[in-house]
Amino acid sequence: VTATSAPARTAEPSGSAARSGLSRLMPRRNPWGHPWFLEGFTWLYLIWSLVPIGIAVLFSFNNGKSQSAWQGFSWRWYFSDPVNSVLHNPQLHAAVIQTVRLSVLTTIIAVPLGVSFALGINRWRGFTSSTFNYVMILSFVIPELIFGVAMFFVFTVLFTSVHLGTLAEVLGLVTWNVSWPAIIVQARLVTLGRQYEEAAADLGANQLSTMRRVLIPLLGPAIFASAVLVFSGVIDDFVIVDLLSSSASNTPMSVIIYSTQHGGNGGPALNALGTIMLVMSLVIAFLGYLGYRWMTRGERGSRIDALTTIAGGD
Amino acid sequence: MATATQQTSTPQADGRKPERQSRLFWVLLALPGILWLTLLFIVPFYAVLAIAMGQLNRLFESPIAVWNPLQWSSSNVINVWHDLFGATSFAGPIVLRTILYVALASLLSLLIAYPAAYFVARFSGRRKALFLILLIAPFWISYMMRMLAWIDLLQTTGYVNKALSSLGLISQPVNWLGGHWYTVVLGLVYGYIPYLILVLYAGLDRIEPSLIEAGRDLGLNRVRTFTRVTLPLSRQAILTGMLITVLPMLGDYFTNQLMSGAASTSMIGNLIEGQLGTPGLEGQGAVLSLLLLLVLLIPMVYYVIATNRSTREAA
Repeated sequence: VTATSAPARTAEPSGSAARSGLSRLMPRRNPWGHPWFLEGFTWLYLIWSLVPIGIAVLFSFNNGKSQSAWQGFSWRWYFSDPVNSVLHNPQLHAAVIQTVRLSVLTTIIAVPLGVSFALGINRWRGFTSSTFNYVMILSFVIPELIFGVAMFFVFTVLFTSVHLGTLAEVLGLVTWNVSWPAIIVQARLVTLGRQYEEAAADLGANQLSTMRRVLIPLLGPAIFASAVLVFSGVIDDFVIVDLLSSSASNTPMSVIIYSTQHGGNGGPALNALGTIMLVMSLVIAFLGYLGYRWMTRGERGSRIDALTTIAGGD
Repeated sequence: MATATQQTSTPQADGRKPERQSRLFWVLLALPGILWLTLLFIVPFYAVLAIAMGQLNRLFESPIAVWNPLQWSSSNVINVWHDLFGATSFAGPIVLRTILYVALASLLSLLIAYPAAYFVARFSGRRKALFLILLIAPFWISYMMRMLAWIDLLQTTGYVNKALSSLGLISQPVNWLGGHWYTVVLGLVYGYIPYLILVLYAGLDRIEPSLIEAGRDLGLNRVRTFTRVTLPLSRQAILTGMLITVLPMLGDYFTNQLMSGAASTSMIGNLIEGQLGTPGLEGQGAVLSLLLLLVLLIPMVYYVIATNRSTREAA
């Protein structure tokens, strides 16, 4: 007992040093105490941002036409109502299918296009490549309405063989979303540096196999994250598809919610449609998060890094 | 896409050839994207220009695109000019209203988003992942669904009226969706705040805690540490965040349409979108959207340069 207490006593005069060592272990410890006001404010914000959505989801299960008076639980607006449910109303039914179709097609085209663009632009340094790099970032920030107007005119005046409808929607959505993979993959390429490729080249690999066996696996998480963002971005997209859709058969969910609601009360079937959209996006987000964690399992990144990456926060 | 796969597969033969071929390989990889952007991003904007500077087919009231700049006519531009600044200007007030709404909505968003992002980035401690999930959740929920949620709440029979009247604050239901500026601003704030909060969080989270500790060690109190250290260091995040909320807000027509639908609250976006579907006015819609683009070019170029710089700094 004396053996252990003696060194402790000698250490006592330098207690402040020990304490600073402790604060280095917990750098976020706050000597001013917990900011209760800020925490309260944050919770109020979260309630304000999430509770309305919760109520809207709840009323998609309402056994009645009201969106504000609860009349019991039912699946009526999803499938049991023979006329107005999402399953039986042909317009709502088609909208779900169209959203899925657009998301899948856009992701399949935009991701390879953006990844190969990013690889090429990043390694081929020249006037053309840097110009198009700026054009790509410009397409990322341009207001969607201005872009949508340009798409509308090009398909109605110049490329008239592309009629408004699914093809025009996919072409517009790919152009709008291709910047996700292009920008995310480029950022990842910049942080990777060239040493992996050089090592592969020293070991005798040619360019194609370097790309296939070294670069693409290293870029895997970035490519995956961008695919998740493109897919969910298309589910959420409104302006482009609103301007480029032509009939009920090629109108996706977001446009149906908008056009039905702003003429008056859409009824709980719209809430059901919105809830289906919400579940689709959240499932994609969850799978995206799990997939990203799995792909980066050997790396130093944290849960929080994965969360912000999947939300496009980097 | 057929061309894209062909082009990426051709280098296979060249792959084994020395350095000189390496450039060609990268050029071929970038080519599909470059062609795509040229045909479906650059050419479309030229089409808008050709329509803006074009003429009107009087018979069908449809726009005629004029591709040759030497034959451009200014009739659409003159019409828009009169709409904006003429004696019978109807577009002028709409532009002014848009600027006011967007300024108010983005300022409110910043005042709400900053404290929340600041708290989560600095003080949430071990619950950070939970807070982050809750902050990011709206980002994943469709914009239309989120608008729908507020429409439900703000109906005359909705929960907002029920809550206010049970508190005795109002005697009869308020028609919130009947064309009020505050409902539109609420919709804009609610719609765009998730994007802002994410940018602010990322910026605040990057600040070295040691810098804040240094400020504290040098005797600054809590408020002064914030104003002298944290706030200056997050200036870039604030600028970027404001940019990514203001730019889409200026082209927004749906929030306004859903939250009010009245002409008395219509914004530039409504004007452009309305002209797009109206025979005879499409040329003017093209002029207006180009004007909007011109005005926004400065902040957009700033954003492009800032993005490029930060990517290069990360290297």
